[in-house]
Amino acid sequence: MKEFLMLIRGGQEKYDSVSPSEMQKHMEHWQQWMSGLAKEERLLGGQPLLKEGNTITEGGNKVIDRPFAEGKELVGGYLLIKADSLDQATMMAKGCPSFEYDCSVEIREIAPLA
Amino acid sequence: MESEDHIDNTLNHLFRQESGKMVAVLIKIFGTENIEMAEDVVQDALVSALETWKYRGIPDNPKAWLYRTARNKAIDILRRNKHSKTIDFSDPERKLLTSEYTLVSTVDNLWKEQYIQDDFLAMMYASCHPDISPENQITFILKSLCGFSTKEVARSFLTSEDTISKRLYRTKEYFRKHKIYPKIPLQEEIIDKTKTVLSTIYLIFNEGYNATHGDKLVRKDVISQAMWLCKSLLDNERTQLSEVYALMALMLFHTARIDSRISSCGDLILLSDQDRGLWSKELIGKGNDYLNQSAFGESLSTYHLEAAIAYQHCISVSYEKTNWKEILSYYDLLLKKDNDPIVFLNRCLVVLELFGAEEALNTIKKLEDHKIVGAYYLYYAILGEIYERLIDPNRAVGYYQKAIKLTQSKPEQRLLKRKIARVLN
Repeated sequence: MKEFLMLIRGGQEKYDSVSPSEMQKHMEHWQQWMSGLAKEERLLGGQPLLKEGNTITEGGNKVIDRPFAEGKELVGGYLLIKADSLDQATMMAKGCPSFEYDCSVEIREIAPLA
Repeated sequence: MESEDHIDNTLNHLFRQESGKMVAVLIKIFGTENIEMAEDVVQDALVSALETWKYRGIPDNPKAWLYRTARNKAIDILRRNKHSKTIDFSDPERKLLTSEYTLVSTVDNLWKEQYIQDDFLAMMYASCHPDISPENQITFILKSLCGFSTKEVARSFLTSEDTISKRLYRTKEYFRKHKIYPKIPLQEEIIDKTKTVLSTIYLIFNEGYNATHGDKLVRKDVISQAMWLCKSLLDNERTQLSEVYALMALMLFHTARIDSRISSCGDLILLSDQDRGLWSKELIGKGNDYLNQSAFGESLSTYHLEAAIAYQHCISVSYEKTNWKEILSYYDLLLKKDNDPIVFLNRCLVVLELFGAEEALNTIKKLEDHKIVGAYYLYYAILGEIYERLIDPNRAVGYYQKAIKLTQSKPEQRLLKRKIARVLN
C-alpha cells in the first residue's frame, strides 16, 4: 500500500456565496465520502485550509501576504490517503465532494526518498 | 432578569432528565477512558446555562440549548486533543473527528436524538457489569447517569464524599483499563444482561426506600431516579421485557406506602400499624397497570412474585383481612425458584398469620442449623414474635435482645426495643 496526497484546488468563490443550509448538505457529502475511506482504512488525514496565508520567495527573503496561487489554482484543502496504485487513488478521488464546487483534485504519490 | 429560583428549578429538572443522556453520548464520542471529560462538558454546559439564562431568560427550548452548548464544548475539546493521546482516534469512525472536513457532521451524527436513548441504555448495561461491585455500580449510575452530585450520593448512602469519590474512581479505572464499548446487548443475551441491570435498579430503589435517615428529599429523589431508570428500559422496544414491567409494578407498590412506614421521628411503623389511608391509590393503580402489562412471556421472575405479594398488601382494607393464603402461595413459588433463607423467613411470618404460632415455630425450626440465618437478626426477631404469641415472655424477650445485637440499623433496634416493652407490659 502506498500513500497519496490529494490537493484540492479552487472553488473558493462558489464556497463564499453558498447558503448555510446548502453548506451543511455539502458537508454531509464530505462526511459520507470520508467515512467510506475511513471504514476501508484508507484515510490518513486531511484538512481544509483558510484562503489567507503568506508566501515566502527569493531564498527566504521576500514574504508576500497571500498564497502563491490564486482563483482556480488556490489550494483549498488536502487529504492523505492509502491506495495500491495511482490509478486506484485517482478512482477514489473521483468521489470527492469538492467537484460540486468546481474544484480540481491533483493526486500525487508520496515519494520514498532513498 | 429571570428569578434565580425559577431558573434553578428548570435547570434542576432538566439536569436530572438530560445530564445522563448527554454524558452517555459524550462517552461515545470521547471513549469510555474519558468519562471525566464527558462529565466536565456536561457540567460546563450547565454552568453556562445558569449564567446565560440569568441575564437573557430561559430559552424556548432549554433542552436544545443545553445540548447545543454541550455539543459545541465537545467540538472544542476534540479540536484541542486532535494530536494528543488522550482520545483514541484509531477507530475508523472516530478518525473523522480529527478532520475539519468531517468533525462537526460526525459529532452531529453521533448526537442524533433517535440514538440518545440507546446510548443511555448502553451505558446502563455497561455500568452493571458483574466485574464492577454493586456498590460501585449504583454510585456510578447515580452520579454519572442520574446527575447526582458527589455530595448528594454521599448523603443518600450516609457515607463520606471521600468514599464516594473512591468508588467513582475505581469504576472509571475499570472502564479505562478494559476499553469498553457500551452497547445494548444482543437479543440472545438481553434477558441475562437485563437481570443484572434490574437488580442494580432495585438496589438503588432500596437504598432510597429503606434509608430511614432524616433527609426525606434525598430519599424520594433516589426512589424516583430508580423508577426513571426502569422506565427508560420500558421505553425501548428491545428492553421492554416482562420482568422490567414487574419490577416497575413492585417499586410503585412499595412507593405507594412510603409515607406511612416511617414516623415523623424516623421510627419504623409495622405494616399492621400503618395508616392505610396514607397509601397512594394513584400509585397502587399505576402499579397494577404495570403488573397487568408484565403478564406475558414465559418467565415468572421474582419481581412478578414480589409484586404480586405487595399488591395483595396494597389492596387489603386492613392487616387482619389480608389474603394470607394467596400471599403464602406466592412465597411457595418464590422458594421454588430460589431456596433463599430470607424468603423462607418472611414466609414464616405469613405462616404465623395464617396458621398460628405453633405452626410457625415448626416451620422456622427447619432453619435452626443454617449458618447464614444463625447470624441474621430477622431470624431471632421472628422467633421473638412467635414466642410472644405463644405467651412465653422470657423467650420472646431473649430472642428480641439477640436480634438487637445483630442489627446495625438504629430504627430496627428501636423497633425491637418497643416490642420488648410491649411484651413486658
